[in-house]
Amino acid sequence: MTIEGSDCVVRFESVGLRYGLGPEVLQDISFALAPGSFHFLLGASGAGKSTLLRLMYLALKPSRGLISLFGHNMATTSRRQLPALRRRIGVVFQDFRLLHHLSAFDNVALPLRVAGVRENEIRKHVVELLTWVGLKDHVNIRPTILSGGQQQRVAIARAVIARPKLLLADEPTGNVDDRMAMRLMHLFEELNKLGTTIVIATHNETLVRRLGHPRLRLDAGWLDAGTPDQQAAGKPAAGVFAAATSGSRAKQSSESAA
Amino acid sequence: MWARRSDLPLDHDALGRFLPWLIAFMVYLAALALAGMLLLNAMAARWDKGMSDTLTVQIAPADSPEKDAQRVRATLGIIRSFPGVARAQPLDEGRLMDLLEPWLGPGGGAEDLPLPHLIDVKLKTGARVDAAALAKRLAAAVPGTAVDDHGVWLERLIRLVRTVEALATAVLLLIGLATAGTVVFTTRTGLSIHHEAIEVLHLIGAQDTYVARQFAGRALAMGLRGGVIGLVFAVPTLLGIGYLATRMQAGLLPDVSLDPHHWAALAGLPLVVAAIAMVTARLTVMRTLARML
Repeated sequence: MTIEGSDCVVRFESVGLRYGLGPEVLQDISFALAPGSFHFLLGASGAGKSTLLRLMYLALKPSRGLISLFGHNMATTSRRQLPALRRRIGVVFQDFRLLHHLSAFDNVALPLRVAGVRENEIRKHVVELLTWVGLKDHVNIRPTILSGGQQQRVAIARAVIARPKLLLADEPTGNVDDRMAMRLMHLFEELNKLGTTIVIATHNETLVRRLGHPRLRLDAGWLDAGTPDQQAAGKPAAGVFAAATSGSRAKQSSESAA
Repeated sequence: MWARRSDLPLDHDALGRFLPWLIAFMVYLAALALAGMLLLNAMAARWDKGMSDTLTVQIAPADSPEKDAQRVRATLGIIRSFPGVARAQPLDEGRLMDLLEPWLGPGGGAEDLPLPHLIDVKLKTGARVDAAALAKRLAAAVPGTAVDDHGVWLERLIRLVRTVEALATAVLLLIGLATAGTVVFTTRTGLSIHHEAIEVLHLIGAQDTYVARQFAGRALAMGLRGGVIGLVFAVPTLLGIGYLATRMQAGLLPDVSLDPHHWAALAGLPLVVAAIAMVTARLTVMRTLARML
């Protein structure tokens, strides 16, 4: 059961997760994401989408199985090495997780500050990006005063500001209208063209259909990584082999897109 | 660096208002303990220096004044030829009466008492004079003499002073520990209050040192603020105690006032406390975060 290429950005092998002694929330998850791929993560509420993302952005440790990110086996990666890995990952949290005492500007600037970027560079980039997501006039406003959609855009700006190698977004267009949703999706696609691997968890089937990127479908803790046609006929428990094909397919799709 | 905004709302939690006052109280107590310690230290050093180069020789009275005078002359002769002695001076009658007055009252008929003659001996600075040898030689030549090198009572006094000093040091150490303990407690509470924000910082790729720096910076600022408040209250207290002491002393105590060096040491207290707070906060954050994912 070899998954080709240690150059995968994300690789899961038989990953299972349970909270405490409860039942497994995720079971035998195996897949691999090639550099520069773009995936939608689909599934009903409670299927485990957010949990899978949490495993990917290193907020959770799996109960079993192997996770490797950027070629590092997470089981053998020390705590001291995590910040460097995390700086290569941008995350749009479902509940945004903005720091409420900081302005929109300071929230977006955080990843750069944490990475030690100089203040004058930070100002230029952050204002530019906030302008791009339509928040030019809200730069110094605190998130508590912003609307849900505006907060979401701040969260997205924070996730992409440092040009991450892997972008994970949990329902990133849940609070904005379709026009803004498409605009944000284009932002993700721009980033993807620059080489960022992208995984977006969403309910928005229209969006998924319109953009046509490969899908990962979670069903009651099992991952199905097939194409739309295969999903119609496919079984939920696709396992390791689906994962292997998913990885290669992702690569192909990104190649054809480029 | 001071103007640097914090990524965590550390100044807005209740602990931020409570910690400086607690530190102020600690610094106030520490200032009193330190001032006491410095004064005792200076006092002991002064006594040690002032007393260790003097001796008193006492000559028991004989039955006639002529004999007395002869005995004093003989004793003086021996003392002045003894190695290490700078000068020897018999205490005159008037000075002796002055010394006795507190015990006998003014004009208390001391003239009728058979009083011993006292000889005040100054030693050369730094000379170690063998008081026992001197006493032996004097006793052989003039029976009824006694040499008092103040050693016994000086030693006891200094031992007492050193004990009190050790206590003051212990008090300072305890205050330091209590400050550190308070900072550990407030830092841990701060970590749990701001747990979510810290998690976000971590997920964004912040190192533990990044978070620790914010807590340490806050602790330093609060330590300084509290320290200065404590010192502002301690200074008038110390001046008041000093004023009362000068009014009370009446020659009983040596001069008890803080010199510029002592004030400098006291002014350093807020800095020391702030440094303790900063280091403690940093270590606490690093240790607590090491247990997180």
